Amino acid sequence: MEKSRRRFLCALGGTVIGGVPLANALAGGEYKAAGRGLAGDKWAMVIDVRKCIDRNDCKACQDACHQGHNVPKIEGVKDEIKWIWREPYKNAFPDQAHDYTEQKLLDGQLPVLCNHCEHPACVRVCPTQATFKRDDGIVLMDMHRCIGCRYCMAACPYGARSFNFKDPRPFIANIRKEFPTRSMGVVEKCNFCAERLAKGKGPLCVEACEKINCGALVFGDLGDKSSNVAQLLRKHNAIRRKPGLGTAPQVFYIV
Amino acid sequence: MLEKIFIGSKRYWGLIFVLAAFVLIGVVTYARQLTEGLTITNMSRDVSWGFYIAQFTFMVGVAASAVMVVLPYYLHDYKKFSKVVILGEFLAVPSVIVCGLFIVADMGQPMRVLNIIMFPTPSSPMFWDMLSLMGYLVLNLLVGFVTFDAERKGIPAPKWIKFFVIVSIPWAVSIHTVTAFLYCGLEARHFWLTAILAPRFLASAFAAGPSILLLLCLLLRKVADYDVGKEAIQKLGQIITYAMIANVFFILLELFTGLYANIPAHLHHFEYLYVGAHGEYSVLAGPMTASSVLAVLAVLMLLFPGFRRNQLTLVIACIMVVTSLWIDKGLGMVVAGFVPSPLGYVNEYVPSAVELLVGLGIYGLGALILTVLYKMVISVRKEQ
Repeated sequence: MEKSRRRFLCALGGTVIGGVPLANALAGGEYKAAGRGLAGDKWAMVIDVRKCIDRNDCKACQDACHQGHNVPKIEGVKDEIKWIWREPYKNAFPDQAHDYTEQKLLDGQLPVLCNHCEHPACVRVCPTQATFKRDDGIVLMDMHRCIGCRYCMAACPYGARSFNFKDPRPFIANIRKEFPTRSMGVVEKCNFCAERLAKGKGPLCVEACEKINCGALVFGDLGDKSSNVAQLLRKHNAIRRKPGLGTAPQVFYIV
Repeated sequence: MLEKIFIGSKRYWGLIFVLAAFVLIGVVTYARQLTEGLTITNMSRDVSWGFYIAQFTFMVGVAASAVMVVLPYYLHDYKKFSKVVILGEFLAVPSVIVCGLFIVADMGQPMRVLNIIMFPTPSSPMFWDMLSLMGYLVLNLLVGFVTFDAERKGIPAPKWIKFFVIVSIPWAVSIHTVTAFLYCGLEARHFWLTAILAPRFLASAFAAGPSILLLLCLLLRKVADYDVGKEAIQKLGQIITYAMIANVFFILLELFTGLYANIPAHLHHFEYLYVGAHGEYSVLAGPMTASSVLAVLAVLMLLFPGFRRNQLTLVIACIMVVTSLWIDKGLGMVVAGFVPSPLGYVNEYVPSAVELLVGLGIYGLGALILTVLYKMVISVRKEQ
């Protein structure tokens, strides 16, 4: 019993945490990394708002993410859960919008999600380390350790976190067995598809965006200077949400 | 001395049963919250803390305010507080318990509360808040019972207790400072992101706590024939006056910085709190205006010695102080940090019936513990 539990946890740790060196370290020799995970030093996302706002009603990224991660569909602003969603420019960038901003941009709906900050306030305040930052920059949640105090929600300057005010399971249309559902009373948010990176795949939202031939969302490793995201950021002037707070978001917007 | 709590008048038992009924209502309501989740509160994705955390904050202040009688009595040897000091210490005990219960009531996964101890996280102010509150509870129980036991036996208190008395003084300041750090260390919430939050918390605590203590003393004189003495009451009145003036001053400092600097991120919260954001109505505007008016009137009344020496006007002023500060800290302060949301949305919050009933249960339990402790003190003292 004890042994199988341990093996299960090890296996889970290996899958969730992913990344070849980390998985190796965790496996402790007994378990070998599959070797097909994506490893990065500093995962980041670049969102080309110009492409995105041409399709203001598109919800491809949100649908793919929410279906893939068993995010419940709860109506109303009170109890809703969202990992990635579209937000008007003036709400996503309250300090940037002005009276002379191009109307198209002002009305533009841009995707917002957890910024996987370099200095995440949520991680700093969490009293149980249920939310933590991996070496590759991804900010994750341990749903089994979270006590539901919602301090991280108070600390997040981006409103990226949602709380399971009620049992989410009745609100999931088709439960995907590949990803765990959550219980009532814990906080959740975007995980940059850590579970997919471990299998060598990119995030669901990016994949969905590519599938509709838009390509507004680009995901990659900023630790690698030749990566797609690093090149994009060199080529274009990109902005981040609330840069003055010092959280250093790893989601960039080209406007 | 504990046996004294089982022997009492019909009125004593009547009060015990009423408070026990409150606790029962709270327990039943909380059981519902436990099964259905926090969805039956009015907290939301945007206003993710509400009544529970606000009550916690207010009561940390009440707990800390025991220092306002402990310090003059032990450090300055102010003997006039000899009958009040134990009441202050025994007010702190249920206050801390109430704080802890409000935190647990607010948790989504309360059965995991020990995770805070199992995975200690020094970077989290919540970890330090738990430590300081636990320590403060132990200190007050220890000092209260040891000194009172010595008094009962007619012997001087053991010398070693002085150490814990001295420690309890900065410790009292620390509990409310750390509670302020819960809020003022968050870059996300401009309303709380102010260095004056901790001093303001302390000033309001030292006004509200002694006001409650003063009202309790006068109540005890009336119903239990236990008189702490006129000088003690007057001294408490002075303490309340100074603390309330400091509190109003701090609020004005806050308003100046917030309004004069004209930074939207700061301004919007004050706008929402006192008038309503974007020119719209705010549910808090009315109560907050009342809070401000009460604060100014209370200060004016307390400032004039004539009013302060008159028992009726002193009682009125104290009720005004407590009401004003409870609205400010127990309703406005927490909610205004969340409204407008970081994305600029105004989703308002008023506590639900569930939150109020759970609150009734928690306050009921606090009052029950307070009643029992005060009963013990008065019974023992009357025998002497």
